[in-house]
Amino acid sequence: MSIEEFDHHTPIPGTTLFDGEMAMKGYALNKMCYSFNGAAARQEYLNDPMAYYAKFKLNEAQIQACENKNVLEMIAAGGNIYYLAKFAGIFKLSVQDIGAQQTSVTTEEFKEKLLRQGD
Amino acid sequence: MARILGGITTSHIPAVGNAIANKMFDDPYWKPFFDAYPPIHEWLAKVKPDVVVNIYNDHGLGFFLDQMPTFAIGAAHEYHNEDEGWGLKPLPPFQGDARMSWHIIEGMVADEFDITSCQELAVDHGFTVPMQLFWPGLGDNPDIPRAIPISANTVQHPIPTLKRALDFGKSLGKAIRSYPDDIKVVVLGTGGLSHQLDGERAGFINREFDEMCMEKIVTDPESLTSISRHELVEKAGAQGTEFLMWMMMRGALTEKVNVLNQNYHIPISNTGAGTMLMECVD
Ligand SMILES: [Fe+2]
Repeated sequence: MSIEEFDHHTPIPGTTLFDGEMAMKGYALNKMCYSFNGAAARQEYLNDPMAYYAKFKLNEAQIQACENKNVLEMIAAGGNIYYLAKFAGIFKLSVQDIGAQQTSVTTEEFKEKLLRQGD
Repeated sequence: MARILGGITTSHIPAVGNAIANKMFDDPYWKPFFDAYPPIHEWLAKVKPDVVVNIYNDHGLGFFLDQMPTFAIGAAHEYHNEDEGWGLKPLPPFQGDARMSWHIIEGMVADEFDITSCQELAVDHGFTVPMQLFWPGLGDNPDIPRAIPISANTVQHPIPTLKRALDFGKSLGKAIRSYPDDIKVVVLGTGGLSHQLDGERAGFINREFDEMCMEKIVTDPESLTSISRHELVEKAGAQGTEFLMWMMMRGALTEKVNVLNQNYHIPISNTGAGTMLMECVD
């Protein structure tokens, strides 16, 4: 493949390729989520979420997505799932909880769907 | 001279770490997964590698988007895990082999692979879960080898191509084999197989594609290099791109390998979990 041919944006249904464009868009949000690797940062966030968003300069859409704890909105605002998983960890949400939320089913239904793929 | 005995692949899902901590080996959900490991333990106990080169992908602990190396090699004397945002317990430190790391870095850069060297590197579940799986007890296990972590970027596109990953492994293999000490080395390729955590397609798993990859990586890894990165995302899921680690591992092995053990199970967490033990044939 020549460099000119490469198209990052050929759509794959239900999938956002996290590329340079998304990395620029989501930088503040992802940087905040990356900070949650540390327990003290998680506590600081919980003590005053609004102050913590401001500290990392999140934009309105990112703040709203975080407040809604809505993963699809966070992705649309530039969030990368590996960093978002650390945000989800604060609220003890598993990858099945997140999967269920994004596919509009209950966590039990989502787990069922995973098990069925093994049949 | 150093010898590469073989390669081992495994998924490195965080939930596996919890299952190990809670000794879920005979639990009906976990048993089909954990049953793949005792034969690998037996092989490792027999061949006793001195060094393990652990190829994984960092998931946002060791590296952030501010500076994202495409290929990074640990060159520390010791590696530590951290809580990763989920309150994971500290594990005993992993002994490195900094001298050998620098030999590999020197060799690969001379071979025109541009490496990021890391004298400090926090290792996440991608590295630690396979160590726990293969050397139960970690620090209490007298057989645990010195470890050299290698991380490839799958967090952010552009990620390496499958061809680049395989070629990386070939260069890595040359560098390892040129190390003057008479030591035995195993190479791990961790992550995958198919899974997707994000988006409306979350929960996607592709058995057919995984099984094809597990077959071809043994018999004809070159053929897999015709898969584009876009196609890899489509067929393996957004995080199934971790298959690149398997390609890197495979490149370091001999052209012909004997498969001593293999297992595939759906699901472990959101993932199609593949385990393989390939012995080098000289
Ligand atoms: Fe992973």
